[in-house]
Amino acid sequence: MGSPFSINGGACVAMVGKDCVAIACDLRLGMQALTVSNNFPKIFNYGDVYLGLTGLATDVATVSDLFRYKVNMYRLREERNISPQTMANLVSSSLYERRFGPYFVSPVIAGINQTTGKPFICGFDSIGCIDFAKDFIVSGTASDQLFGTCEGLWEPDLGPEDLFETVSQALLNAVDRDALSGWGAHVYIIEKDKVTKRLLKGRQD
Amino acid sequence: MDSLVSQYSRPVHSAEGPSQDEHQELSQTTPPLSLQFSLPPVAQSSAWLRAMTDDYSNPNCPIKIAHGTTTLAFRFKGGIIVATDSRATAGNWIASQTVKKVIEINNCLLGTMAGGAADCQYWLAYLGMQCRLHELRHKRRISVAAASKILANLVYSYKGMGLSMGTMCAGVTPQEGPALYYIDSDGTRLAGNLFCVGSGQTFAYGVLDAEYSYDLDDEAALELGRRSILAATHRDAYSGGFINLYHVKEDGWVKHGFNDTNPIFWKTKLEKGEFSNVTADLE
Repeated sequence: MGSPFSINGGACVAMVGKDCVAIACDLRLGMQALTVSNNFPKIFNYGDVYLGLTGLATDVATVSDLFRYKVNMYRLREERNISPQTMANLVSSSLYERRFGPYFVSPVIAGINQTTGKPFICGFDSIGCIDFAKDFIVSGTASDQLFGTCEGLWEPDLGPEDLFETVSQALLNAVDRDALSGWGAHVYIIEKDKVTKRLLKGRQD
Repeated sequence: MDSLVSQYSRPVHSAEGPSQDEHQELSQTTPPLSLQFSLPPVAQSSAWLRAMTDDYSNPNCPIKIAHGTTTLAFRFKGGIIVATDSRATAGNWIASQTVKKVIEINNCLLGTMAGGAADCQYWLAYLGMQCRLHELRHKRRISVAAASKILANLVYSYKGMGLSMGTMCAGVTPQEGPALYYIDSDGTRLAGNLFCVGSGQTFAYGVLDAEYSYDLDDEAALELGRRSILAATHRDAYSGGFINLYHVKEDGWVKHGFNDTNPIFWKTKLEKGEFSNVTADLE
């Protein structure tokens, strides 16, 4: 059996635009070669923050539920939504708590900080090292391909519509070169006071 | 003295034109095919090769061989249908979506490719050569039985050395009629009516067994071949790309296109209502 990160397959990408961010994921859930489901989204919403989780599907479910609990507790205590930056530190410290028995996930965060109005994205390894990036973050079994498509397509200060096109093309073309991800995709375009969610029709092979 | 002079001088025109070795090479009409492959200089060469190339037993093997396929062929009253996908993968990387996995050995014989891409390509080309030689020597076309046996004996002689191929030979000859053989690198050689080979074989068998009948008409048989490959490309991560369709008839094979699965998939889903598992709307 292969690495826990590539049993189920999946891909996720986040990008920064002008006063907006985008996050997108594929929909496949497989068991090695066998595609079990083609409706397994990997992006989860926590108020103003969107969290993409790729890797072992059981851990994707566990970790997304764990953060739902943690973010709800935060909201009750603080009486406000968690900011993307605070969420990043929460994810990081929560993952490091499992330093010697990690969750096999590679999280990606995207959101707009509602106090500053600034876009924010970041990514993590499975034990919580934060990767702050100004441009884009990729994760999953198609991450090598995503680095290629993002390096080729991304440019600074894209508006919401152009950013949608860019992130969609980057994801679709990357997963078409990965056997373990694809089968459709979800894209979120996040602006200060508007979030657009779209379903992409991808190749089904 | 003369011998000494000739030893240390060279003829006037010796530097021009091909050397003696080159001349011999050029004048030889058939290239020498010794079939003596060099082996790695280690004690257990076959075990070593397997350790280096078999990514099933060792996912971190340093030499990744292109794998992953769905191929099928079945006999019916109108001849033989041969259909394949076109994806080549090296690990999870999709190396190509446009591989031609049906090899046209001659205008009556087809071979299919599953397993190691290089192994299949090389040995089916070799088989094509042997079939042509048989034709020239005996003044008649080789039978499918004989052709498949050349391949089976050949791969058997390399048994345990890490060859990886699952192939089907389909053809029509006057003495046999439509004939279909399955040959793999273990040395297995089977005659039969229906075979699916490759990582997507189970999915193709699922559709094929459910709908197959010997009395299918040509159009239905072609559609069944196409639909079986489509099912396999959908469920099997290592199959996909294009559907390559052939029909082997009394007077040779006919190609029925090399078509992208993507439009075929959506057409099948939207017009026939199949693949209802695929979501077409958001939540």
